[in-house]
Amino acid sequence: MNIIAILLPLALLLGATGLAAFLWCMRSGQFADLEGASWRVLRDDDMVEPRPDGQP
Amino acid sequence: MATPQDLSVFVRHAPGGVAGMELAVDGIRCAGCMHAIEDGLAREAGLLSARVNLALKRVTVEWREGALRPEAVVERLAALGFKAYPFLPADQEGREAREEARLLRCLGVAGFAAMNIMLLSVSVWAGNASDIEPSTRDLFHWLSALIALPTAAYAGRPFFESALRALRAGSVNMDVPITLGVVLALAMSVVETWQHSRHAYFDGAVMLLFFLLVGRYLDQLMRRRTRDLAGNLAALKAETATRLAPDGTAVALPIAAIVPGDLVLVAPGERVSVDGIVEGGRSELDQSLVTGETAPATVGRGERVYAGTLNLSGALRVRVEAAGSGTLLDDIDRLMSQAVENRSRYVKLSDRAARLYAPLVHATALATFLGWLALGLGWQQALLIAVTVLIITCPCALGLAIPAVQVVAASALFRQRVMLKHGDALERLAELDTVVFDKTGTLTLPEAGILNPEAVPEAERAEIAALAAASRHPLAQALAQALGASAPAQEVREYPGQGLTSRCGGSERRLGSVDFCQAQEQADVAIRAHPDASLIAYRNGDRRIAIAIGQRLRPQARETVAALQEAGFAVMILSGDRPQAVAPVAAALGITEARAGLLPGGKLELLDGLARKGRKVLMVGDGLNDAPALAASHVSISPVSASHLAQSAADIVFLGDSLAPVAQAVAIGRKARRLMIQNLWLAVLYNAIAVPVAIAGLVTPLIAAAAMSGSSLVVTLNALRARSTGGGSAP
Repeated sequence: MNIIAILLPLALLLGATGLAAFLWCMRSGQFADLEGASWRVLRDDDMVEPRPDGQP
Repeated sequence: MATPQDLSVFVRHAPGGVAGMELAVDGIRCAGCMHAIEDGLAREAGLLSARVNLALKRVTVEWREGALRPEAVVERLAALGFKAYPFLPADQEGREAREEARLLRCLGVAGFAAMNIMLLSVSVWAGNASDIEPSTRDLFHWLSALIALPTAAYAGRPFFESALRALRAGSVNMDVPITLGVVLALAMSVVETWQHSRHAYFDGAVMLLFFLLVGRYLDQLMRRRTRDLAGNLAALKAETATRLAPDGTAVALPIAAIVPGDLVLVAPGERVSVDGIVEGGRSELDQSLVTGETAPATVGRGERVYAGTLNLSGALRVRVEAAGSGTLLDDIDRLMSQAVENRSRYVKLSDRAARLYAPLVHATALATFLGWLALGLGWQQALLIAVTVLIITCPCALGLAIPAVQVVAASALFRQRVMLKHGDALERLAELDTVVFDKTGTLTLPEAGILNPEAVPEAERAEIAALAAASRHPLAQALAQALGASAPAQEVREYPGQGLTSRCGGSERRLGSVDFCQAQEQADVAIRAHPDASLIAYRNGDRRIAIAIGQRLRPQARETVAALQEAGFAVMILSGDRPQAVAPVAAALGITEARAGLLPGGKLELLDGLARKGRKVLMVGDGLNDAPALAASHVSISPVSASHLAQSAADIVFLGDSLAPVAQAVAIGRKARRLMIQNLWLAVLYNAIAVPVAIAGLVTPLIAAAAMSGSSLVVTLNALRARSTGGGSAP
């Protein structure tokens, strides 16, 4: 039964982390435009252009 | 544009030297547009950020104070191929957005709590079936209480507050049984846990809150979305006025920046955007948007002009009395208040359901409690059973049944370029039996156009347009506009009352009256085809053309009227225009009931008469003179080109020239209502099965959880069917 003492707090902690993440997402306005966000993820603007000489 | 623009009213100044502006952008359709705008604006030096909101079709830009003129942003967007209209978000939008955020936070908290309590509850249920130690079970129950009580105190507030408000006002709404159910369930569960019993309802109470919050959130989402889009609409009209400064310089300002007392210049061919008194100039005005009358009226110094009229021939200087919201003709003002009074208060489907539901639930729970007491059960156990009845009957599915359908149907409408301004307009749309159209600007396009384009050869168009642009005659102006004239022709001689001539090369070109161009033969043909049109003739050497100018029907007007008639609606025209102008339109559309020459009061009276006969009327109109009728009818639709007042009186606004959205809106409204009713019946069916079980005292927390989530899912899935609208065919 000692396992419960570890598992229960762990489960609650994970849940609370999820909730905190959700509230953070909300505060940073990530639910303001659900339609645009689904397209934004497909953008490649965060990729570094490979150099023409083939060097990384 | 010749006159410089000034958009500084729309700029908001944030601390830290950052300026920002909101723009409604026409034509954002896909991700490609979004990327094009963001990349294009990113290249603009001085801009800090530009972000597109694809759902709302808006762009928010920020720049360092002084680094950029706000006009440059609009110009840059125009260069990218997008028309952008800056606007000031209304205060109300901020309030609605905060309420939505609050509901979403509550929803998140309730969701988190429901999941974690369920984790504990499932262990208890499994343990109860096998060999859980009572001490472990108590631990789990106490942990559940630890999560559930603060959650209910936080996430339940929207319901508790609303229930308190209702009770204080001496009435009962849906939130009263919800509040009672949640509070009693939690209290009973704490007592049960205290007494080491096998069952506790923490999971049921929190799950109930979660599902109800989903419904509440969808409802709020719908309300905010419609309001935001209404804000866009106002911006998309993009009305500007040219203000004359005391030193005579002219600046084009958005209408929001014009205040009463300003002097504005209205050029020929422009729409008047303010109400005021003419201080200088003479002109003819097309007042069809205001009165429905299509024949131009002459105005001069000291006379009054109204926003929405079209200035045809001369420049006017107007002293502003009201801008934006608009003053009204006194008549219309009086009729508006009368119309609002007359409108029978429509009771929303959800409210009607709540009125039936709340007393029924309370009575059932009370009867259960008393019944078990009478049968000799202890008061505590009887109360527990009564509480399970309350939880089971709590309107989870009922709370989702209507908002879910509304949200799905509204986005289907939005795809058809129809915007709802009130959520319950959908339900009212479904009850119609009569459709009443205004003629001018509603069945016909707001601008006059060429009725016989086949008579005007492609090669001569530019020349005719240039000639027409050189004249100040209203007909010639309309012709120039229809042909898209760029520059007026040079070396033109004007013969007042007859027409003008231009000599270019060897041959002489004439544009003017039929006699002036000796085009009697062509004119006879044109007038036979378009009896109500005004004629203007053109002659180049021996070739003569008669051009018929008049009001064209909106695209798909015929199909729409036919579809409505086929679906069993009575279709009527109520117009303020002359009978000679109304008859051909009615004939072309196959409408037999047409009334002409009606004053705004007359329209209102006729609608009242129809309402007294029990007819549910959809009014489609655009003019200032239609506004009282729009407000009085059961449900009303305006085109986006409509006057301010008409648009604010209407429940629904459609974009674009085509009339087809009217029939589509009716079809979607009918479908939505059918689904709402189905959903309500599903909720009733669920209760019919679950309530007897609960009254019998056989419900365990497990059964309650399964029944609640099951019924909510079924209702939501059913609502999603409103999405497939089959291209707007008849219902």
